[in-house]
Amino acid sequence: MSPRTDSPLIEPDVIARVLAKGRSTGAEFSEIYVEDKRSTSAGLDDGKVEQVTSGRDRGAGIRVIAGDTTGFAHTSDLSERGLLAAAEAAAAAAKQGDGGVHTIALQPVFRHPVNTIVQFPDTVAKARKVELLQRADIAARGVHGAIVQVSAGYGDSIKQILIANSDGIFSADEQVRTLMRVSVIANGDAGMQTGYNSLGHTIGFEIFDENDVEELAIRAAQQAITKLQARPAPSGAMQVVIKQGSGGVLFHEACGHGLEADLVGKGSSVYRGKMGELVASPLVTVIDDGTMAGEWGAIGVDDEGHASQKNTLIENGVLTDYMWDYIRARKEGRKQSGNGRRQSYADLPMVRMTNTFVTNGSENPDDIIRATDHGVYIAKLGGGQVDTASGDFVFGMVEAYLIENGEITEPLREGNLIGNGPQVLKDIDLMGNDFAMGGPGTCGKDGQGVPVGDGCPTLRVKSMTIGGTAA
Amino acid sequence: MSTTVDDLQAIADRVVAQAGTGEQIEAYVSRGGETAIRIYEGELEHFASAQSEGVGIRVIKDGRTGFAYAGTLDPAAIAEVLADARDNVSFGTPDEFAGLAIPDGVAQIPQKFWDEELAGYPTDQKIALTKELEKLTLGMDERVRVDEANYDDGWGEVAVATTTGIRESGRGNSCYVSVSTLADDEEETQTGFGFSVGDSPKEFNLQKAAREAAERATRLLGAIKPPSKRTTVILDPYVTSQFISILSSTLNGENVAKGRSFFAERMGDQVADPRFTLVDDPTNPLAYTATDIDGEGLAARRNVLIENGVLKKFVHSSYSARRMNTVSTGNATRGGFAGSPGVGCLAMQLVPGTHTQEELIASVDDGVLIQMVSGLHSGVNPVSGDFSTGASGMLISNGTIGAPVREFTIASTLQRMLLDIVAIGGDVDWLPSRAHGMSLVIRDVTMSGT
Repeated sequence: MSPRTDSPLIEPDVIARVLAKGRSTGAEFSEIYVEDKRSTSAGLDDGKVEQVTSGRDRGAGIRVIAGDTTGFAHTSDLSERGLLAAAEAAAAAAKQGDGGVHTIALQPVFRHPVNTIVQFPDTVAKARKVELLQRADIAARGVHGAIVQVSAGYGDSIKQILIANSDGIFSADEQVRTLMRVSVIANGDAGMQTGYNSLGHTIGFEIFDENDVEELAIRAAQQAITKLQARPAPSGAMQVVIKQGSGGVLFHEACGHGLEADLVGKGSSVYRGKMGELVASPLVTVIDDGTMAGEWGAIGVDDEGHASQKNTLIENGVLTDYMWDYIRARKEGRKQSGNGRRQSYADLPMVRMTNTFVTNGSENPDDIIRATDHGVYIAKLGGGQVDTASGDFVFGMVEAYLIENGEITEPLREGNLIGNGPQVLKDIDLMGNDFAMGGPGTCGKDGQGVPVGDGCPTLRVKSMTIGGTAA
Repeated sequence: MSTTVDDLQAIADRVVAQAGTGEQIEAYVSRGGETAIRIYEGELEHFASAQSEGVGIRVIKDGRTGFAYAGTLDPAAIAEVLADARDNVSFGTPDEFAGLAIPDGVAQIPQKFWDEELAGYPTDQKIALTKELEKLTLGMDERVRVDEANYDDGWGEVAVATTTGIRESGRGNSCYVSVSTLADDEEETQTGFGFSVGDSPKEFNLQKAAREAAERATRLLGAIKPPSKRTTVILDPYVTSQFISILSSTLNGENVAKGRSFFAERMGDQVADPRFTLVDDPTNPLAYTATDIDGEGLAARRNVLIENGVLKKFVHSSYSARRMNTVSTGNATRGGFAGSPGVGCLAMQLVPGTHTQEELIASVDDGVLIQMVSGLHSGVNPVSGDFSTGASGMLISNGTIGAPVREFTIASTLQRMLLDIVAIGGDVDWLPSRAHGMSLVIRDVTMSGT
């Protein structure tokens, strides 16, 4: 992809002066992150297109580091005066004394595009976006008379970012995202049930050439209809088979967060000090890959200006590396891994995942189910949460079934599963050969949400606790 | 509001003055700032200070709604936002109930939202008190480490104006401190947290925040995974706050109108134990989310939603009220300038009981005190009512606290839990949340462990 404009958001000479101002109180590092994001969203609910929204978010965040102290200030005023004022505030926050005069030598603008955009969403008429919602509404309602409510949302964004720092890094990226989601309610004798499906990629409107909106909506509706017959989920520990795709959330929670170098560095990860050790079943290879074209967590450069990378975190069960942002890596005297991300210009970057997934094993997914006497089959996972220090984590089952005598039988109501990360990773005893990525996700950490992807093949955990109510 | 913000009001007025024939316009203009301080191992880890501003404009014509926003108050950008919002109108479906709020004559109840002492509080003292919090926490127990100690404050100014005659502005500020802990015992690490809220830093109770953070982490050391069974749970005030917050969406008039609430057909029914009375009262100055106006500029007010277990009222914005042929309860919500109004509870409160947590524990033969829950977003479905969360806490047997437990879930349905409430504590804690908390005893909850 070549960006539609090569001119940076802010002129290089202005950036150099702002970075120099950032170091004026003795800091050894200063950085500017500039963002200009335009977005369009549309929502349909209760049969009506309720609202189309246009948004513009634009501003700069300035980070200054002196010793172990970070000063940060952000502003929506992108004039040189506004940027210098923010740099001064950040520098004052990290004040170490008189830093003297600094000259910043910026490298030429670095770009590292990983996605190919065919049809930029801002070139598409809003009427076509709204029409998608109406098609989804009709398709979902057509599935069954028990569908009583449909809500559908469309969203796209084009975010231009620029990052420069006093080490000379000068990078730019254009991040395009297009998303659609459908939520459905079905009403039956035992009350209401919900269905949900979403589609999101780091590409433009061509996403709808390759994906069928009706099919997206129908799957959401079918999920709700199926759950009308659902019985309460079991309570207690049992075998769990997790379907390809959204099952990747398991690894995001069970080990992803725990492998973030900032948490490891503070001793708040159960995976600290485990480098080179067997931390998972030998069937498990976990990769975080920001270069995975089109996936929701794909980025050209991270939010500290470094090229996204494909990083192997666990290989055949052995812990091979943590994920790193620039600041922690700089402190350790090693290379960063392209995992420094932030929600917006108003936030400090942290170590974050991109697209996190487990690679294929050799089992046929049907054989995994057949090999399971009594357990739960989770066709779709919801979100999750982890306490990285203890390793305890939960994730929700949005669509799940009982497995009895090697066969999928009755649908189950929703609930969480709970496990301990290192234990669950060791308890994975069958790994399928049907790898797929799941839907678009938002990962929350320290109050910031960033887009991420997850994926996995169908797999089995020999014991996890199902948080239902049935004996 | 008590204090006007004239420059923002003037911007909002100018936008609204541009309305054409048959066009309703609402302009919401805001400006705010924040300070975030983090201390780690006695040193300032980060200091962030920032200011932001923006405008959101809603245009309604012929029953169609359009919206646009921008994170700037630059006049050229505001003109673009108005043009975008107008353009977006044409894509909406006509809705006879669409419209802006109309002043309803309900008087605002004056409250104090701005604290001069906080506004002028020196930065070095903010840093010093955060260091003090870290030190106090470390001093509580030698097994405790501090992951981070934080000070956060924020201020905001807002003005709203509409073609229907709403014209309000005001400002407020707030602050809190928080601390996250790790407690180690050989190979095991457990986590805890504590916080304190005040109108200004001089109201912080650093001792309490430190003690709770240390206790939460240390008392889980050696925790085991409990066996699965049905049992009685006592929710700690912090957990009760999260539980009550979930109920907001079931009492939301728009969800009721659109068939998304299991309470839709239950008005006047006994939906909870008779001990349970739930009010939404943003006029209570003790509430962290207290306010004098709602997201549409109408006066905030006290609404009794469930009284002695009987469903009495849903909360409404002007839109959901029109749909249900009733009046707004002053419950329009707004997530800043980038969003148009929704509906929700503003400051949820349970009428407290009289017992302390110790007395409630003493009344339970066999149960578990729930100190923390996780996965509320993934295991609780407010449409179906399914409730399942990860949990940690302490077993209770014969009225006394026993072994710590972790890596288990508690599950029921929201409908059943409301009816299964056995006791409501008198230990009210005004948390930095949309709902306050107190100990809450619920029977017949499934605990899933081994």
